[in-house]
Amino acid sequence: MRYLPHTQEDITAMLQVTGNKSLEDLFSGIPDSCRMTNEWQLPEPKTEWELNDHMQAIAQTMKVDQNFKVLIGAGSNHHHIPETVKALMSRSEFLTAYTPYQPEMAQGTLQGIFEYQTLTARLLGMDVVNASMYDGASAFAEALLMGLRIGKKKTKVAVSAAIHPHYRATAAAYLHPTEFELIELPYLEDGRTDLSGLSGLQDVAAVALQSPNFFGVIEDLAGAAQAIHEQQALFITCFSEPLAYGLLKNPGKCGADIVCGEGQSFGLARSFGGPGLGMFGCRQPFTRNLPGRLVGETKDLDGKRGYVLTLATREQHIRREKATSNICSNQGICAMTAGMYMASLGGTGLRELSRLNYDKAQYLKNALIARGARLFFEAPIFNEFVVEFPHDFQPAHQRLLEQGIVAGLELSKLYPELKGRYLFGITETTSRQDMDRVADEVQS
Amino acid sequence: MKNGVGTSGLILDEPLLWEKGKKGRKGMSIPHSDVPQAPLDEELTGTPVDFPDLSEVDVVRHYTRLSQWNFGVDSGMYPLGSCTMKYNPKINEKQAATPQLAAAHPMLDDQYSQGVLQIMYELQNYLADITGLDAVSLQPAAGAHGELTGMLIFNAYHQSHDSKRTKILIPDTAHGTNPASAALCGYRAIALKSNENGMLDAADVRELMDEETAGIMLTNPNTLGLFEGQVRQIADIVHAKGGLVYGDGANMNAVLGVADMKKCGVDVLHLNLHKTFSTPHGGGGPGAGPVCVTKELEPFLPVPRAWKDGDIYRLEQDRKDSIGRVHGFHGNFGVLVRAYSYILSMGAEGLRKASQLAVLNANYIREQLKDTFHLPYPQPCMHECVFSDQLQKDYKVTTLDMAKRLIDYGFHPPTIYFPLIVHGAIMIEPTETECKEDIDQFIATMKEIAREAKEEPDKLRNAPQISKVRRLDEVQAARCPCLTGPTLPAEQ
Repeated sequence: MRYLPHTQEDITAMLQVTGNKSLEDLFSGIPDSCRMTNEWQLPEPKTEWELNDHMQAIAQTMKVDQNFKVLIGAGSNHHHIPETVKALMSRSEFLTAYTPYQPEMAQGTLQGIFEYQTLTARLLGMDVVNASMYDGASAFAEALLMGLRIGKKKTKVAVSAAIHPHYRATAAAYLHPTEFELIELPYLEDGRTDLSGLSGLQDVAAVALQSPNFFGVIEDLAGAAQAIHEQQALFITCFSEPLAYGLLKNPGKCGADIVCGEGQSFGLARSFGGPGLGMFGCRQPFTRNLPGRLVGETKDLDGKRGYVLTLATREQHIRREKATSNICSNQGICAMTAGMYMASLGGTGLRELSRLNYDKAQYLKNALIARGARLFFEAPIFNEFVVEFPHDFQPAHQRLLEQGIVAGLELSKLYPELKGRYLFGITETTSRQDMDRVADEVQS
Repeated sequence: MKNGVGTSGLILDEPLLWEKGKKGRKGMSIPHSDVPQAPLDEELTGTPVDFPDLSEVDVVRHYTRLSQWNFGVDSGMYPLGSCTMKYNPKINEKQAATPQLAAAHPMLDDQYSQGVLQIMYELQNYLADITGLDAVSLQPAAGAHGELTGMLIFNAYHQSHDSKRTKILIPDTAHGTNPASAALCGYRAIALKSNENGMLDAADVRELMDEETAGIMLTNPNTLGLFEGQVRQIADIVHAKGGLVYGDGANMNAVLGVADMKKCGVDVLHLNLHKTFSTPHGGGGPGAGPVCVTKELEPFLPVPRAWKDGDIYRLEQDRKDSIGRVHGFHGNFGVLVRAYSYILSMGAEGLRKASQLAVLNANYIREQLKDTFHLPYPQPCMHECVFSDQLQKDYKVTTLDMAKRLIDYGFHPPTIYFPLIVHGAIMIEPTETECKEDIDQFIATMKEIAREAKEEPDKLRNAPQISKVRRLDEVQAARCPCLTGPTLPAEQ
């Protein structure tokens, strides 16, 4: 096996040093009762070329492949990824290193993550951003836990029903063994969250909204912030499309205390939902309650600028059961990749790309409306929206599939009350021509 | 020492991103608009985000220079104990980037995504086979995430038995994340001391285990690199009191094909695919921490999982006893593809051989260095060995000094000051992918450092000397945290 460098001669010489008769002899301390006796049913080892063939054969069974136009976001967005970003994130000095415990040998990772933290903080309007969480859903669950830590004796968190259903499910799983209560706030007819029930609630540590929410609708974050802060609760916002903040007022400016979400849009492939990137930030007073790793700036012995992991006293390996989180491995290279993507876009490019996503989504929305569809939620949207068709859309959906277009996501599995309504996600990768084809099918 | 590989070369300085560039530059190709501009709602629109504008060349040089300040497994030996820094095969990267897989959307119907489901289904089976356990969820995104998932399963299991349990046994030789993972589920960690041989005594477990204790979290081999010989007796004691056994499988690289986790009495085990199954550590992640369980606990696993229905692969949508979801979609799928590709390349024989050679390398180092450094637990080890700085103390040289000196010689230092039960610990895990010559070089370097500790201790205290930066002021970094660059006045 080419990954195993030992020759028989090496093995013999090394066994002589260790005083073992054979390789098996190295395991003599393992009791018989614990031993593996089953024959593994693994396939015979494949050469590189056989493996390529095998993977190609599997890839061919993907009915919806990379040539399809998938007009769905729903937490996993198709954006162009520049070749430079792919090439740079593949550099093995980044890729084959681990958590930078030895900063003198890891300044590349450390400066890169510091830059990621900074650019993300600017994007979200936060004072502090950590070095990453696993994904949007787990980041959301951890944000609620953080809100409860800060809220001390308070035992409830309220979350909007317009937050990604998988994020809410993840939060429910995280909170299940605790005594904390998860309350759901319904959505209004226009697709925004109904906060009117808030004033009747006691003991709420934090209230969470997603914006743009799962329906693509932009929430009135500034208005919500006021209502939530009046209840002495923290305001948590999440997102699954960070590109929105290239155009929209950021959550920090609207009054959010903790912001989290999925950063996959920034240079990461959809890859069946992972690896993605949990982005996570907060206002400065809450820094020591943050979960996850943080990179900070400092100086070396000669006074030269450098970077280290810092505020480790919050973390699992120091505070053990009192830690702010158990997270250890995070999504390092994904954060680095997002940094590279943001650097490639720049402020000017970010605005342009964000606007393009917005304009294109409006185009399809208007085209569908012109063909008789109804915008189901009428509040403003960014690049996703929900529509209701005058007739059953399923046959048209099927015809479009045959043309290589996945025309939206039918919502009944996630929201039974929205049966027959479709969620569309449009990005810069969707051409006008493809959108026209979708609209034409509605009419026919 | 004459033949160390550490040398100095031309390293280029590079400012922070926002210290370079010029407004109006662009480093990325953006499609032309083929649609009319839509009106914007001023109320909702923000001011432009203050990112620096860079050209493509600016970005490429920036990150290329940064990468040259880094050290990875591809650069050289990285014997970071507990982290299994083995070689990450290039072919696995290619497989993960297969266009059909990389483009797969996680919310489509099963019939459109057969290929990715097949990979998940087969990987679930392979991991069950390899560990000896019955059922697998691939959802956890890292080892600690697997631990949390395991604790959620413990909780759900006890709840289903109407049993309220508040405590959990955690040995002093367990991984550092274990107590925090248990605490997230409301369990109070009860410390279990290892004996003078660094192992657990079943008698101690018998004394502490009661019907308010959910179970035990065992790292096996433990963080001293020792296999817990009494694991089966311990498991029997825990089971007799209605408890469960969690196996932290982070050290699975030691025992592939040797230990059967079910026979060890383990009920839930997480694997670190980024350790044992060779996926790159990415400067901190992503990893993957699949959880393997016995038949009895299968109903509690997270959903969805892949299964096979005749010739069709499907995702199971709902199961009433499941703990639910721990990830937005299906875990770090791209990492799963790499591990799948590794298992297919290695086969059964290759995986068994990997563990044998990993253990051989560690014992070879232990044997060669045992007279140079203090070895608190002198018996043969598994995949890693733990020394301390006790013999160097007299020269006022610490583990940290020796670790930093290794940098000058071109090695990544081992894990230091962990496990906590060894004062000044130096935890060395060479892995199987290091050849004898490189290991001999490492051993010679460690001996040279021990000599320097005695004769030229300042060389160690001032190390590293030839790295891009010298020792960094971590106290200052924590006292006045600077976690982001400056906000420029443009941001109003």
